Amino acid sequence: MRRHQTRTAYVFLLVPLVFFLIVRFLPTLSALRLSLFDWNILKEQQPFVGTENYERLFADEKFAQALKNTALYTVIGVPAQIALGLAVALLLNKIQGLRGLFRALYFAPYVTPIVAAAWVWQWLFSPQFGPVNTFLIWLHIPPQNFLTSPTQALATTAALVVWQNLGFQIVLFLAGLSAIPRSYYEAAEIDGANGTQAFWKITWPLLNPTIVFSVVTGTISYLQLFTQVVNLNFTDQGGPLGSTTTVALYIYQIAFGRFQMGYASAITVVLFLIILAITLFQLRFLTRRYDL
Amino acid sequence: MTTTLPKPEARDSAGDPRPRRPLNTPMLLAYAVLTVGIVVTLFPFMWMLLTSLKSFQELFNLSFFPESPTLDNYRQVLLETKFVVWFGNSLLVAGVTTASVLFFDSMVGYTLAKFDFPGKNLIFILILSTLMIPTEMLVIPWFVGVSDLNLAQSTPGAYFSIMFPGLMSAFGVFLMRQFFETLPDDLLEAARIDGMSEFGIFWRIALPLVRPALASLAIFTFLGNWNAFLWPLIVIQKPEFRTLPVGTALFNGEAGTQWGLIMAASSLAVIPVLIVFAIFQRQIIEGIVLTGMKG
Repeated sequence: MRRHQTRTAYVFLLVPLVFFLIVRFLPTLSALRLSLFDWNILKEQQPFVGTENYERLFADEKFAQALKNTALYTVIGVPAQIALGLAVALLLNKIQGLRGLFRALYFAPYVTPIVAAAWVWQWLFSPQFGPVNTFLIWLHIPPQNFLTSPTQALATTAALVVWQNLGFQIVLFLAGLSAIPRSYYEAAEIDGANGTQAFWKITWPLLNPTIVFSVVTGTISYLQLFTQVVNLNFTDQGGPLGSTTTVALYIYQIAFGRFQMGYASAITVVLFLIILAITLFQLRFLTRRYDL
Repeated sequence: MTTTLPKPEARDSAGDPRPRRPLNTPMLLAYAVLTVGIVVTLFPFMWMLLTSLKSFQELFNLSFFPESPTLDNYRQVLLETKFVVWFGNSLLVAGVTTASVLFFDSMVGYTLAKFDFPGKNLIFILILSTLMIPTEMLVIPWFVGVSDLNLAQSTPGAYFSIMFPGLMSAFGVFLMRQFFETLPDDLLEAARIDGMSEFGIFWRIALPLVRPALASLAIFTFLGNWNAFLWPLIVIQKPEFRTLPVGTALFNGEAGTQWGLIMAASSLAVIPVLIVFAIFQRQIIEGIVLTGMKG
């Protein structure tokens, strides 16, 4: 019986395992190998250079800036989308009617093509003819430069990403909230707990798995931010003075603008190590088990 | 509807688990805050749709509604650009990858949840660990491979080149495994005793029982591939093989900033996704709920 199961299992897994091997694992190893060569697709020779690409990386100021920006996006974006998502989910849980409609409307940005959203954003935040500045003037606040300002472009880009991700966050939190038994709240009410206490003693700890999931997957996606950044400024990729450049965009520019595949691969290896370290750290320190 | 509805008082006294609460101040406040949130959230959409209906002369006048709405932008996008071709390419790519992910990911998820065999946990962890590999890291070797094989220049090869990275996903395997674990073994065992083939049990018994999961996996996969940007941008050189995001993004650069056209193209790009979402809304939400992010 068990042997029969084993055979069936491997027959079912055969094609997928070949896929994951060829399309995921071998390219990962290949990137590691490429990072040790001066691999330029336009040149005849692809000499082995050892750790030279990595040494170059540590002295590369543009990489440092991209890394700093990427960290900023993550630090702004992940908490913002979790806080907003949780707030809206809690409010949606409070109301009686129209819940489905509200939920669908909040989900709409998530299903908007990213390129389309980026264009609308460019228009909305345009310094000369953007509705956002018109609104600010109406409020007697001086108009801002937003995407054309080196100090505001990153935050404006982050706002776009948060706006797009919010719908998914809300649905995720609604799912997490629905898994918490109502009897806990009733018991807390009988014991005289107020809303704030109920939130911190029941909702927050029992929502921990959902929050960990959000933090981990959100961080991984922010660390690879690319499409929004490129499309917000297609002519001036990476924003004014590189103020919105991310590591992913920098890799793209090195690999497919200058065809320095070896150097770009070295950057991807570093990005991979960063993602790996942060993910393991988050899983280790955020996960709590509550036995209730 | 001939049965009489129970009276509200009767429901309350019978201890209905969710009695209808009267509208009170906190609830009204919640409605107010949510409505403001919706207005802010949907403003970019409305702006996009309304701008797409403005004539060139009206474009920079900041009124919200167009004074004399026109479909001219749509006409230009559909007739004077390759929009229709890109749209078709995207539908093909997103459609095929979604079908492939649904089939293979559910098969892997089912196998990992319902069979006992050596190496099971290792395989699961290995597949899941690929989520941490940044796309950028894979893209360079993929590009080198596709260039060496000279794949992306002609019809079947070009489409295959765009599609192959998305044919299976680790997230889908995770999602489907979660679902299949909740299926009772007895059910599958009964079918086994009845002499059904292993594939038949998976295809005819297990798969129909996890429809909500398939629906949510379908929408996320479709969305992901419909929006895919980095890889199609890199791998495709010929304009006729571009997908919608790449075609329209480059069209922005090539045509200068023609806001009317861009807004019309964006509005058209939203439509298929909104249709898919409208059809599957219930299952998608149910799917996410049932995945029960329980850790």
